[in-house]
Formats: sequence, structure tokens, C-alpha cells
Amino acid sequence: MTTVMIPPAGNTARPAPAPVTMAAALNQALADSLAADDRVVVFGEDVGTLGGVFRITDGLAGKFGEHRVFDTPIAESGIVGTAIGMAMNGLVPVVEMQFDAFAYPAFEQVTSHLAKLRNRTRGRVALPVVIRVPFGGGIGGVEHHSDSSEAYYTHTPGLRVVTPGTPADAYLLLREAIRCPDPVVFLEPKRRYWSKETAVLTPEGPPIDRAVVRRAGSDVTLIAYGGMVATALEAAEAAVEEDWDVEVIDLRSLSPFDDQTLTESVSRTGRAVLVHEAAGFAGYGAEVAARLTEQCFHYLEAPILRVTGFDIPYPPPKLEQFHLPNVDRILDAIARLQWEDGGA
Amino acid sequence: MVETQGLLPSAAPLQLIDPDGRPGQNPGGLTFPEPDVLVGLHRGMVLGRRFDTQATMLAKQGRLAVYPSSRGQDACQVGAALAVRDQDWLFPTYRDSVAILTRGVDAAETLALLRGDWHCGYDPYEHRVAPQCTPLATNTLHAVGLAHAATLQAKDQVALVLLGDGATSEGDAHEALNFAALWKAPVVFLVQNNGYAISVPLAKQTAAPTLAAKGIGYGIPPLLIDGNDAAAVYAAARCGVERAATGGGPTLIEAITYRVEAHTNADDATRYRTDDEVRGWLGRDPIARLEAYLRAERLLDDEAAGRLAAEAEQLAADVRDRMSTEASADPAELFEHVYAQPTAALERQRAALLAELDELEESAP
Repeated sequence: MTTVMIPPAGNTARPAPAPVTMAAALNQALADSLAADDRVVVFGEDVGTLGGVFRITDGLAGKFGEHRVFDTPIAESGIVGTAIGMAMNGLVPVVEMQFDAFAYPAFEQVTSHLAKLRNRTRGRVALPVVIRVPFGGGIGGVEHHSDSSEAYYTHTPGLRVVTPGTPADAYLLLREAIRCPDPVVFLEPKRRYWSKETAVLTPEGPPIDRAVVRRAGSDVTLIAYGGMVATALEAAEAAVEEDWDVEVIDLRSLSPFDDQTLTESVSRTGRAVLVHEAAGFAGYGAEVAARLTEQCFHYLEAPILRVTGFDIPYPPPKLEQFHLPNVDRILDAIARLQWEDGGA
Repeated sequence: MVETQGLLPSAAPLQLIDPDGRPGQNPGGLTFPEPDVLVGLHRGMVLGRRFDTQATMLAKQGRLAVYPSSRGQDACQVGAALAVRDQDWLFPTYRDSVAILTRGVDAAETLALLRGDWHCGYDPYEHRVAPQCTPLATNTLHAVGLAHAATLQAKDQVALVLLGDGATSEGDAHEALNFAALWKAPVVFLVQNNGYAISVPLAKQTAAPTLAAKGIGYGIPPLLIDGNDAAAVYAAARCGVERAATGGGPTLIEAITYRVEAHTNADDATRYRTDDEVRGWLGRDPIARLEAYLRAERLLDDEAAGRLAAEAEQLAADVRDRMSTEASADPAELFEHVYAQPTAALERQRAALLAELDELEESAP
């Protein structure tokens, strides 16, 4: 079984950067993982013939065969539960939950077994399973299609929870997730599936548990993940007009949390704003704010603020624009960070 | 082999040996086990019963945190464990300690979960026994996944999963039966229908004529058997294993049996069932039945029975001794096995706990 991660043989020259969508990058990551390691199997609802409702698995069944990429009955607990058994028997399952809220039937398998089996067996049973979950809103989906369910998973020890913010990172992170010996919940920001980036897809880069600075700045640290990374970068550009030099950190790994990158940045800037789509109450941002307060208190010039969705069930499509964090709300939060000159 | 075309179970449970130890009235197509198998089943049940009563006693003494006894279900426990081949996997529940022991797992390792030493005391890969599963029916899906992975990797391997009558109501049981049938996965589902899910009787669990009858809905051939007849349990499980190993897909077995003890030592069974009912089932004891048959067939005599009883006492004494010594639990291990490598946060928490323990030790008089 090979897990060596190198570009295709005979192609030693670095390929030229090309425009790629996040959906295409994820598809490429799955294809390259299937090619690199014959233990990898991809399955779920509609992932075979159709190529997934978001086409992330497009063409894979044809290329790798139905013994590697296959459709299952519509039964999420069944998908995750059987993935656990397959991993116990030497495979590396990469399963798809069709939408965030449709992953809930698998919750017991995820929390009671997938997350715990290594611990329950004193490290004897490892479960290298990846659960891909298209998550979050912003696509005009009707109810149950736009949940930000990350906190359910990050609150579960034993799981890794990661989410990419850019197409190139979607490729890298998914390759890393599939190589990882721990179970990984891989949250795909579906509103960014069709966003493009000119990049070279490479499996080499920051490790799976590292946050990255997407934009360097000195005045305030703006922390985002998944679908909010692009929004945060947009806000950072807009902030230039207000003379704020904003650093943007893309968390990538929600669990484990990269304290080092975060505290280094916030200790330097002294101000931080955290952005996520999910409801704020007991949300992921609460943990980030608590940790940064514990670790950077003496460097802080202002309370850490959160820009989040409201504490409401995800709204219907015609109202979601009022719910989702946007550039203006982020700039408003930055303005409230107790600037000595009274703010912009 | 039993007829596989039909998807309806027999009207009455199949039986190879009746409660009085005579040849059963309704053998169906089950293959009567060879004499050495019958002797092995008897031996496994005698040892298992002694282990079980010892564990119940240890729970009452507070040596085990809890013990869910399988007394009365001895034929299912031992029949299932002996029917699977060496390369096959057993997926037990919390009530299946005797099956695990019979499979060859060390007695103290078997009881580690129930003593509270750790969640699973044995290496699942050593004897191909999955960790005892407490959330009902969730292990059925693991069995199906493991079995399908065997198919995908061209391994000759079958998974036998144990579940109870209550577990058949869980959604995961439905999903597992459906996935297994679709994938033709090499799985045997053995439902130990002991009449109660803690206190809730089967009549409040399902309106189906039998649990075996559910097989037809999934396209899985079912077998309804007398679960107190070790020969029938072994033959049915063996039939399932052979069908699975030869590409015939899953089998659903419902074994009618009875839990003689309460749900656990913490349960009061007198609140939901009568002494008369229990006495009736004690008269259908699986060990007495097989023993009567073996003696009539001259496969067991007083001397052999005496040797076996002594072996069982030795096992019980060994379990008593080993459960009476405190296992050394290392608090630092709390942070191991959460991830392949402890995270930075877990390293910090471990250091904090160890510092706290050091301080306690230093301040101790």
C-alpha cells in the first residue's frame, strides 16, 4: 500500500498555476487519493453515477470502478457505521453526507463510535475515516440545507474537524485528511464550491492542524474559517480605506485548535474579531475568544468580538442575507475595538 | 445446507434437541452437529455458566461496576462463538461476555469493561472480537462494513453480530440488514430474543409475527430457532457462516431464549415478570438439555462431567483472584489514544493533571 504523495511521474516541472474551483480541487484531491492509495474507498448517496449532488465525485466511479466509488442507500447512520467497520478491516473510507443537516442521523455513529473507538480500545483500533459534509448557507437553500454544524463535532474529543477556505487549500486539506490516521470531519463550505482561484494544486503545505495567515496585517486579527474566509479577506481590503491594517487568519483546523498561530498574531495586534455563520451562542467562536483571552489577556487592547449568525434556526432563502455575517458587520465590529482615536 | 430460496422462516422454532434431551421435533434443514462439536458446546456452556455466575457474584460484591448476565442464553453465547471460523469476526454486545470468553479472550480482559479498568480490555485484532457494544444495534453496521471490506479485499472472512430483541427496533438494525442484503455482505445476524428489553416485553417491541419474519422485507433468508438448543444455534450459525463465506450473503437468525437473571445486577426483574415464568424457563435449561442428550448417547459420563466441573471451578477461582487485585490505572493514560498523537492541548492537560497529583502526594502526611 503506497501513501507516497508526489506529483504524477514524469512531470517534474512545476505545473503552471491555473484557475480552479473549489469543487474541482476537491474532485482532484479524491482522484489523486484514490490513485495513491488502493485502500481508499469513496461512498455515499449519489456519489457514483451522478457524481454527487454538487459533482464533487464526478467521474470517479467511472475512473476507479464501482468497487472503489459507489452509491449507498439513503441512510447516513448506515454510511458512517459501515465506514467504521471497513476501517477496522483495513480500508480508508471517505464518505459523503449530502448536506449538513442530513448528517444528523449519523450522529450516534460519529460521536459514540467513530470518535471513541481508538480510545475505547487503548489505541488498538484506528479509524482513518473522512466524513465530507457540505456545510453552511449562502446558496439560497430551503430549510435543512444550510446548517453550520461544526460545533457539534468540535465538541467531540477524538474527531478532527477541518474546513478549507480556498480551492488550493481544499485540495491540500482533503489530501491531508485522507492520509490522517484519525477520523476527520471535513466541512466543505458549499457557498464557495464555485469560487475560483489561480493556483497549483499540491499535497505539500502546512500540516492538517495548522492555521494560516491569509493576509498579513498589524492592527487587528480577523479570524475566519470555511465560507467566511473570503468574506473576511474582502472586509480586510475594505478596511484599508479606514486605515486599518487587518491580518486575516484562516483556521483550517477547528479541532484541534492551533493556539500557536493564533496567539502569535493576537499578541502582536492586540485586537481580534472572530467570524462565523453559525449561531453565536455556545458557538465555535466562544471557544476561540476564551482561549485567546486566557493566553493573550495582557496583550489585548479590546474585548474579542464575534460576528456570527443570529441565535435562530437557519432562515429561509429570502431572509438569509440578513442572517449571514457580511463585510459591513465585520467592519462595524472592528470599529468597536476601542481604538485610542475613537475609531474610524 | 438449509433451503435458501425461501425468505419465510418456519412457523415454529427449529430444534435439534428437545428440552428433555431427546432428538428435536422440528429439525428443519439444520445439519446435526458432529459428536465432538456437541461435546465442545457442552464444555463451553459449563465453563461459561460458571464464569457468568462468578461475574454476577463479583458485581454483587462491588468488584465489578456492573454485570449483565447471559445466564439462560448460554446456548446462544457458546453456539455463536464456536460456529465462526478462526478468521471470522464476532461483534458482541455488553451481554455477550461468555461468547467473548468462548472465542478465546482472556477472562480478566473480558471483564475489564465491566470492572471499569478501561472501555475494552482486549485487543480486538487478536481474536477478531470487536469491543463489546453498548449502544444498541450500532454494532450491526460495523459488522456489515467489516464484512463488506472483506469482500472488497477478497478476504475469506465472515462477521457474526449479536443483538437482542430490543435492538431490532433501532434504526441501525434496519439500515444494517438493508445494507447487508444489498451488498450481499458475508454477515450473520444472530438475534438473541430473550423476551425483554430490560423490562419491555417483545409484545411492546414489535407487531411482526416473529423477528425472523423481518428477513423477508430485506431479502435476507431467516432462520427461527430454539435458542436454548445449543445444537440448533450452532447449526444455524454455521449455516449462516457457510452461506456468507460462499457468496450467499447475509442470514438473519432469531433464537428464542430467556434471560434468567435481571437485566443487570442493578435491575429488579420482579417488577415486570413473574417467578412462574422464570421457573418455566429454568426447566428449559440449555446445559441440562445437552447434557441429557450427551449422556444418553454415551458422549459424556460422570468422570468427564466431574473433570469439567473441576475445570470450571478453577476458572471461577482464577477470575475471583484476578478481579480481587486492583488493576493499576495510570491517570496519564487518559490523554493517550484520543488521537494518534496527543494534541498540544492534551499534552498541557496531562502535565497539569500530573502536577496536581504530584502536589497531592507531596502534601500527603
